[in-house]
Amino acid sequence: MHITYREVEGRSPRYWALLGLIGLFVLIGLGAAWYMEHHGHIVTGMTNQIVWGMPHVFAVFLIVAASGALNAASIASVFGKTAYKPLARLSGLVAVALLAGGLMVLMLDLGRPDRVVVAATYYNFKSVFAWNVFLYTGFFTFVALYLWTMMDSTVGAYGKYAGMAAFIWRLVLTTGTGSIFGFLVARESYSSALLAPMFIVLSFSYGMAVYLLVLIASYVWTGRPLGEALLNRLAKLLGWFIAGALYFVVVFHMTNLYFTKYHGFEKFILVEGGVYTQMFWIGQILLGSVVPMLILFNPKLRASRGLLVTACLLVVLGGLAQMYVTIIGGQAWPLDIFPGWEERSTFFDGVVHPYSPSLPEVLLGIGGVAVALAIVTIGVKVLRFLPESLSDADVDPHAAK
Amino acid sequence: MNEKNANPIDQDRRQFLTASAAMAGVAIAPGVLLYNIAHGKPADQPVSNAVRWGMLIDTNQCREGCDACVKACGEENGFGHGTRETDSQWIRKVELKDMRSGQTKSLPVMCQHCAEPPCVDVCPTGASFKRADGIVLVDRHICIGCRYCMMACPYKARSFVHERITDQNPDVPRGIGCVESCTMCVHRVDRDQQPACVEACAKAGHGAIIFGNLNDPNSEIAKRIAQYATMELRADLKLNLGVRYQGF
Ligand code: SF4
Repeated sequence: MHITYREVEGRSPRYWALLGLIGLFVLIGLGAAWYMEHHGHIVTGMTNQIVWGMPHVFAVFLIVAASGALNAASIASVFGKTAYKPLARLSGLVAVALLAGGLMVLMLDLGRPDRVVVAATYYNFKSVFAWNVFLYTGFFTFVALYLWTMMDSTVGAYGKYAGMAAFIWRLVLTTGTGSIFGFLVARESYSSALLAPMFIVLSFSYGMAVYLLVLIASYVWTGRPLGEALLNRLAKLLGWFIAGALYFVVVFHMTNLYFTKYHGFEKFILVEGGVYTQMFWIGQILLGSVVPMLILFNPKLRASRGLLVTACLLVVLGGLAQMYVTIIGGQAWPLDIFPGWEERSTFFDGVVHPYSPSLPEVLLGIGGVAVALAIVTIGVKVLRFLPESLSDADVDPHAAK
Repeated sequence: MNEKNANPIDQDRRQFLTASAAMAGVAIAPGVLLYNIAHGKPADQPVSNAVRWGMLIDTNQCREGCDACVKACGEENGFGHGTRETDSQWIRKVELKDMRSGQTKSLPVMCQHCAEPPCVDVCPTGASFKRADGIVLVDRHICIGCRYCMMACPYKARSFVHERITDQNPDVPRGIGCVESCTMCVHRVDRDQQPACVEACAKAGHGAIIFGNLNDPNSEIAKRIAQYATMELRADLKLNLGVRYQGF
């Protein structure tokens, strides 16, 4: 099997239009961040009760998806599946791009974004957040090294090790992301060791969905061949990842239902939580998991490109809904400082906290997505990330038969 | 090592050493020693862990509807009395109703100054820190405004400053984009004064808050804690709080 990688030409009006559009969203995102920074967080939807708002929903989604976008590369290098090898470079690029987009949102949403240098120079080594700073930089480094071994034949021999390192690191990274929440002992909605493995499985499905979308778009838009058998394989895999994620979600809520002290919170999310309950059942479960699984596990349905793309988009939307439920729903539920007592105060003790995301927050989040897309769009033009052909015959002779 | 499990010989030895050290101390510099126990510290000396500042809130004395402590806190520390969802509230009055008996209580809640503060654990930059004398503070120069400490605090004791601030109190610098919370009026404590809320409550005639050194067995707060049953909020988290409640 010989694969030729080639940059996309990137001279067509369509390419520039795409890049222009993405650039516009990046600018809008930066403008939103500037607006929020200039006026203070008073112009956002956040309050002293809901402190992590819409930007965190996007940021955490992107960071989790970043780790999962590395799936194809990991399967190729760590599990030695040659059919996935031609997919590995793009996989690394998308992973790095998503992480960069997510981090941009996270950084620009800080109360003092001007102090990023402080975040990089003062470390409290007990803080999961501080660990994450290292996890992010490590992820960039390992994936970059891995890409280097793939793109430069003189160091190609080290590819396996670099791939292995990147694989281990991505698992640690997502453990770290899940632990940001899992280590919050004070909040009923988060303190669970399950969050770390759950985030890992979520990353598989989010990342795979984003990866498939990028893959299909770049092949269709550049008119390069993309094999049905290959897509079929990836689609099925995505189906299993969604099933795995769903399993964790079920176990998470089942364990919570077992502990009496979590009943109030569970009832809130599953039954009485209004927008959170709707987002959970309709967004996360129905549209984000069940419908895509119906498509992906059905050979006829998943063979349709349109339906496959729909399934991937639904996974992304379901993922955002899930993050909304987890991050904002978790904060909306009041802390129980006085168990057994009804609480009332000027600081909104004992009541469900309202939150409505403001436009700038949403735009900042979309800006992060745009940054990720811009990195991919420019990346495939300047370096050889994409094989000329991913037709079944070129990728895996066995699959073509 | 846990006191209860301590080897008796070790314990004897420790007692002997403590006693000799105390005697030596008393013999050599009685003035210095007594001064250190009675007060925080002389202004020119660093804070030490010989002192653990704490508060005891007697809920039987605390009046429903009275918010003298809350007002005093706002005035002392330079924030208004706004109660919007985005306003800073370092201390608040919580009205409680027992869901079974219907009994009611009213009490102030502020930063509980944990000995093991979750905010300090999670703060990525170390901006959240605990002084040797147990007061938990935020260094506004290195706070990046990530709000992770607010996510971690079991008492909702921290506030994020959402807007630009004018007319600051020079004793209590505050800034947009940073997190802040009750400092136990550290600037007053270091001048051997009581926190503003404690003073205000006494002035209002309730005397529901007692402030003092938990480590000093002769302080009023320590005596009261030794004598009466007190409780810590969310005692299940075992954070060893500097603020205790009596009468519930
Ligand atoms: S908001 Fe400030 S004090 Fe709180 S965790 Fe972040 S850096 Fe630390």
